[in-house]
Amino acid sequence: MTTLGLYVPGNSPLHRMPASAKLLLLVAAAIGSLFVTGPYAALAACAFVLTLYAVARIPWRVLLVQARPIAWFGVPLLAFHVIVNGWAKAVAVVGMFVALILLAALVTLTTRVVDLTDVVVRGVRPLRRVGVDPERVGLLVALGIRAVPVMVTVAAEVRDARRARGGAGGPSAYLVPVVLRALRQADRVGEALVARGAGES
Amino acid sequence: MARPRSSAQDLALIATFAGFIAALGLVPAFSPFGFPVPVTIQSLGIMLTGAILGARRGASAVLLFLALVALGLPLLSGGRGGLGVFAGPSAGYLIGFPIAAAVVGWLIHRRGAPYSPVWGFFAMVVGGIAVLYSIGIPVTAWRADLSLWAAVTGSSLFVVGDLVKALIAASVAGAVFRARPDL
Repeated sequence: MTTLGLYVPGNSPLHRMPASAKLLLLVAAAIGSLFVTGPYAALAACAFVLTLYAVARIPWRVLLVQARPIAWFGVPLLAFHVIVNGWAKAVAVVGMFVALILLAALVTLTTRVVDLTDVVVRGVRPLRRVGVDPERVGLLVALGIRAVPVMVTVAAEVRDARRARGGAGGPSAYLVPVVLRALRQADRVGEALVARGAGES
Repeated sequence: MARPRSSAQDLALIATFAGFIAALGLVPAFSPFGFPVPVTIQSLGIMLTGAILGARRGASAVLLFLALVALGLPLLSGGRGGLGVFAGPSAGYLIGFPIAAAVVGWLIHRRGAPYSPVWGFFAMVVGGIAVLYSIGIPVTAWRADLSLWAAVTGSSLFVVGDLVKALIAASVAGAVFRARPDL
């Protein structure tokens, strides 16, 4: 699973901190950011988050991969606010949310998918009263993680088969077989679950 | 359209279609202008999942997909993932995804068999465009500190593409329902 996830192995204090604590701090930071405004606060928040990246020893390359999608909307948004509202407002708005996005990404980079899954299963336990079964949620997450590479393979196979035949037929010629194979795959998984006595309730 | 299915089959369908939505974002399939332009068809996957699985299972599959993204799998189109995407300006669209799928599924399955592509298209437009935009746009305006009008103008760039996706999704759903009358 580590190959598919974004987790960067390490032994920093941030890696060793429990996943639930990291998630709570992230939520607290998100709420706090609503009350702290201004360009200097935003720049300080960015500097602080970058320091945390250094503490966690996240390679520059990984940080850049995380930051690249931000540039897509961050740069036009910065330009918009500079023109309409001036520099101070632009830095305050864009800076604070670059900091938040990078902080959230840092939680992802320093926490194993398994550990986050455990937090999810524990977190939905209080929902048992409204009919949510935590065991089912855990099973679904595990099945979902497995379904991703399976369906990516199916989609790639259908695409390649279509290309080999000259690629005619438009998007439907690609999507219909992928959906039908997804339904067949689900039938197989369902039968396997029944055979193992899972999901009967 | 609904045949009683066991709970295990529901679990399998929800998990498999979460994988299906991910696959649509990860496998670049189209070169609409003759040269490779990455066209995101993930929102098409949301509409299709709602149409085929119905409101409850469809929304569950989309929620599971978002949970996998939040857990740190890079499954959004362009390989984005992790908790960061839920702090970005397009977070409203992510939150709107399961609701959009539920509305599409509810509209299509409420009408029942036989599936009509015209009604299907209507359902995709209501759920996948009207409902999705009405959740996505205010969140963008709020998070990016734009006026609502500026956010509406920015999003209108995507309407044409989404109408084409709704059209494709409606026709694909028709072909799938013909091939699998048991759904």
